[in-house]
Amino acid sequence: MSNHIISIEKVTKRFPVGEGEFTALNQIDLQFEKAEFAGIVGPSGSGKTTLLNIIGSLDTPTEGKAIVMGKNIKELSHKESAALRNQHLGFIFQVYNLLPVYTVFENVEFALILQNKTASERKKAVMDALEWVGLENMAKKKPAKLSGGEGQRVAIARAMVKRPEIVLADEPTANLDAKNAHAILQTMKKLNQELKTTFLFSTHDEKVMGYLNRLVHLDDGKVVQDEIVEIQKTVS
Amino acid sequence: MKLAFQLAYKNLIGSGLRTWLNVGVLSFAFVIMIFYNGLIDGWDQQAKIDTIAWEYGHGQFLEASYDPFDPFTLQDGHAEFKSTETAGLVPILIRQATIYPEGRMLSVALKGIPADQKTLQLPSSLLSQSEAFIPAIIGERMATSANLEEGDEVLLRWRDKNGTFDAANITIVGIFDCNVATVDNGQIWISIEKLWEITGMNHHATQFIASEDYVYQEMEGWKFSSQETLLQELTEIIAMKKMSGSIMYGLLLGIALLAIFDTQVLSIFRRQKEIGTYIALGMTRWQVVGLFTVEGSMYSFLATLVGCIYGIPFLFYMAKNGITMMANADDMGISIADVIYPVFGLGLIIGSIILVVISATIVSFLPARKIAKMNPVDALKGKLS
Repeated sequence: MSNHIISIEKVTKRFPVGEGEFTALNQIDLQFEKAEFAGIVGPSGSGKTTLLNIIGSLDTPTEGKAIVMGKNIKELSHKESAALRNQHLGFIFQVYNLLPVYTVFENVEFALILQNKTASERKKAVMDALEWVGLENMAKKKPAKLSGGEGQRVAIARAMVKRPEIVLADEPTANLDAKNAHAILQTMKKLNQELKTTFLFSTHDEKVMGYLNRLVHLDDGKVVQDEIVEIQKTVS
Repeated sequence: MKLAFQLAYKNLIGSGLRTWLNVGVLSFAFVIMIFYNGLIDGWDQQAKIDTIAWEYGHGQFLEASYDPFDPFTLQDGHAEFKSTETAGLVPILIRQATIYPEGRMLSVALKGIPADQKTLQLPSSLLSQSEAFIPAIIGERMATSANLEEGDEVLLRWRDKNGTFDAANITIVGIFDCNVATVDNGQIWISIEKLWEITGMNHHATQFIASEDYVYQEMEGWKFSSQETLLQELTEIIAMKKMSGSIMYGLLLGIALLAIFDTQVLSIFRRQKEIGTYIALGMTRWQVVGLFTVEGSMYSFLATLVGCIYGIPFLFYMAKNGITMMANADDMGISIADVIYPVFGLGLIIGSIILVVISATIVSFLPARKIAKMNPVDALKGKLS
């Protein structure tokens, strides 16, 4: 029985470009285990985000298999992939993607509403999640009133509130200054250690790489290096 | 679905002015639609009540050869009857005549009606209260056109049963105010007994008006038209007026729906990242389609609420005080009162709400369908055009 929470087997992804095709991922083979704090790194256009989108069941491979939580992404219906995202996956985006008309509380609560949790369950889980990221006093604020760092912390709380097995973070620090970036990464590292959540980053930010214990280097859609690294940064 | 309503409500309220502009236009269309239909219904109801009260009663018998739309049939369109066979019927004899008010010659329909009848609202009892040789009552329109006032005498010329001309002064003993022009314009009402006397056409009638307690039985030589048949034309005219009015509020509703459609298209284009985020958080595409559709249809719910806020007092005031119609309302072709009281039935209100909600839902769904085909990755990037 495999321990792999994510298993990528000979995944190729091609996109139509004009009359031809662009190969974003080329015969990728990768496995990730539970509680990994790993990153897919590489220059722009190397295929990091495409791989993350496939793992997140937002996209499907052209060839090969992407098995997440034991489910082959390519074989999932829209409804099944929505259920996978809702139950097992959390997303953190570069530009936070908070829903502007909702308060911080409501943004975090959203995923739980989709899970049909009761109001009391939701309230407790949301306040816990906001406490993890240190924003319990900002529950009633709208996203427009938050700083960049605060916005990303809300996004982390939103991703973590449903206690997913996997969190996919696409360039989570790209819009943050160094201080906020470190704070965010420390928060995520802490959650990874405490909740044993698998974090998978797509990044080319050196600051992020300093926190990761595994780096998968992509270039031109191919894995050029997969290294286990000694953790340089620790959670303060 | 509850979630969709909650989210849609938050999104709409969060959209501020854009929402309220759409809601304002839609609620205006909604209130106008109810008002116009209520006005027509009130008119319809009033016209039917007045026409029944003044002209049709509860059905009519016409002498078989008499056609009310053919004046040439009037001369011979009458027949003798026996009072014993006409219980519950009011006989009316119609003859052609001429009056000469202020030296002018004016053709009139001379109508004889029993002075003691109660079936029609005509104040015929006035005819039995006067000592004049030929007491007559006329409507206000007739009084205006002949320049006659109560107490005036005017020369009347008629033909008797042999076709011989005869003439005498009639005395106007009453002028009635009536919304039904067809019992007023060009008509003089006298007692039927007097008409029989001056024409020698004893126990002759052109038509009978059925009273409320009349039980139908066939009469040879007479054709019966029920109240429903008589009102059919009126119903058709009202339906036509309603149809022409619906073009007006249809346009208004169309503008409101176009605004919602436009808002939806813009909203879906501008909120691609939000759509992508919903999908990433675990909503299915059709759930997001549902969310946007509900959001669009919520305009109609909000419009209903807003419409109620100003519509209920407005419509209540109108229903209570009525609407004064223009002076030349007779040109409308059917009975029309000086003041029309709109009738706002539950069916009208619920029907209008359903129409607005369904049409708003459809125009919201049409652009929202696009979401079902969206690639969530492109949506998250805001790349769709």
